[in-house]
Parts: sequence; C-alpha cells; structure tokens
Amino acid sequence: MIVRILGEGQLELAEEHLPELNELDTELAKAVNAGDEPGFERELTRLLDRVRALGSPVPDEHLTASDLILPGPDSSLAEVSALLSEDGLIPG
Amino acid sequence: MSLSKRLALIFRAKASRALDRAEDPRETLDYSYQKQMEMVQQVRRGLADVATSRKRVELQKHQLPATADKLEQQAAAGWGAGREDLAREALTRRSAAQQQLADLTTQEADLQAQQDKLTAALQRLQAKVEAFRTRKETIKANYSAAEAETRVGEAVSGISEEMGDVGLAMQRAEDKTAQLQARAGAIDDLLASGALEDATGSTKDDIQVELERMSSTSDVEAELSRLKTALPAGSPPQDALTAGPAQPQEAKS
Repeated sequence: MIVRILGEGQLELAEEHLPELNELDTELAKAVNAGDEPGFERELTRLLDRVRALGSPVPDEHLTASDLILPGPDSSLAEVSALLSEDGLIPG
Repeated sequence: MSLSKRLALIFRAKASRALDRAEDPRETLDYSYQKQMEMVQQVRRGLADVATSRKRVELQKHQLPATADKLEQQAAAGWGAGREDLAREALTRRSAAQQQLADLTTQEADLQAQQDKLTAALQRLQAKVEAFRTRKETIKANYSAAEAETRVGEAVSGISEEMGDVGLAMQRAEDKTAQLQARAGAIDDLLASGALEDATGSTKDDIQVELERMSSTSDVEAELSRLKTALPAGSPPQDALTAGPAQPQEAKS
C-alpha cells in the first residue's frame, strides 16, 4: 500500500502493517476530534515515525495515488481540521 | 473511517473532478499537463519570494547589532552628560533591538526550512510531471478513447495528489513569508523613523540629535566664557561690539 506524508512524499508499506497503523491513526483521530493539541502532536509524531520506519520511499517518477495520506510533521491541529472539513482547501 | 483514509479520499475527489471535465479522457491529459506546468512555474516563483524575504531578514540581522552598539554608546554619552533620561531611553531601545534580533534569527531559520521543503517539493513535482508527460504520450499513441480512460485516471490521480501536496506547501511558505514581510516592514519603519539608527549612520535619531545639541550647547558655553575672560572686566557688551567707529554718532548728523 502507498502512504503519503504531506510535504515529504510517498512511501510503500506492506499490507501486514495496516492494523498497527490503523491503531495509531485512531488515536490521532481521537486527538483531532477532542481538539487536543498536545495529544495531536504526540500521536502524529508516533504515527509518522512508524510509517517512516516501516516504509520505503516511492521513486519520484512513479505516478500513483496514495491509499492513505498523513499530515506533515509540522502541521497544526487547526490545519488538519481545515483539511478534513473542506476539500476545497486543497489547491492544485 | 480513519483520518489518513479520509484525507486520501479528499485528495482523490479533487482528481475525479478534473477527470469529469472532458468528454474524451485524453483531453484531460493535456489539460492536466498544462496545469502541471503552471504549478511548476508557481512553485519557482514562490521559491524566489521566500529567498527574497530571507535576504531581507539577513540584511536586517546585520544592521541590528550595529544599532544596538550605537545605542549603548549613546547611553554612555547620555549618562556621562548627566542625562539619565537619554541614557534610559537609549538602553530601552537597545533592548528592543536585541529582542528583534533574536526574533529574526528564529524567523530566518523557519524561512530556510520552508525554502528547503519547497525546493524538495519542486524536485519531486518536476520528476512526476516528466513521468506524466511520457505516460501521456504513450496513452495518446497506443489507446483508443475507451481504453485510455482507466490509464488516464491512474495518471491524473497520481499527479493531482502531488499537485495538491505541493500546493499546500506553497500556501504554507506564502503565509510564513507574508508574516515575515510584515515584521520586516515594521523593522524597516523603525530604522527609517530614526527610532533605531540605520547602520550606515545616514539618518540621525532623536537621542543623537539631543546629545549633539547638548554638546554644541556646551561648546557655545565654553566659547562664551572664553570671550568673557578676554574682555575687560565691567566693560559693557555694547562697547565691545561698537568699538569700531572712531567718532560718536552725534558727530555724523
């Protein structure tokens, strides 16, 4: 499966890691829904660290859509909420 | 649904809208390619803006220490002249200049990080645009409209997601640049209004003007006392000034 970290690019991960990522993803979503900024930063860092450790970078010239997209490491909770609430926000 | 899945779907929806626009999916390829080239240009311009802002901050960063030194000298001069108010004002401004310097250092690092990210993003985008161009030519040469549909979909979704990502990086860099421009503008105003002296020393701030006024006042005082000692004691100033004419005024008329 292909996972994109916004601002960093795409990584390829084996399907077997999906349950672990889902768990971390759920924690991140909880923090977003609760408006918990420190929790959001903590969970995002954990999730991104895991994805970077488990994945291998997709070559730049490879053209494919991602199965999962994650916010970049320096995103704020407000930015992520905005991305989720309004798809019109994504330019390009 | 998981957050990462939702984000992926939001990006994909954007790509689908692009695909829906054209009757023949192969037209979408050309349209998308045109958009990609525009995006590459935009990112290049964005990078130039970030670099310009960073240069401006760098320049101010070099000016501020000189300003702080100058203010410190002024504080000493003010204190030496018995003007505590001037010394205090100079030290207050010196502290403000030092604070600005610390803030600028942080902002410059922040801007450098944005520049690095945008540079990497541009590199990725260019590689993908090139891949898209190759794929576009292959699809147009080898497939009928019906067959092309799936392949166009794949190519467009892939590139559209990349463009969305780069677009977000651009927005972020633009926001940071705008914030920095506002701050840099405020510091320029301070330097220009003379509240902080320009490092070139071309403008005089009000503390300097006051110190110079005091020093010229004391020069005048010194000159006056020199004159007083030189003149005969008790002789009226008028005599000294009108000493030239040999005859009294009455004789003229």
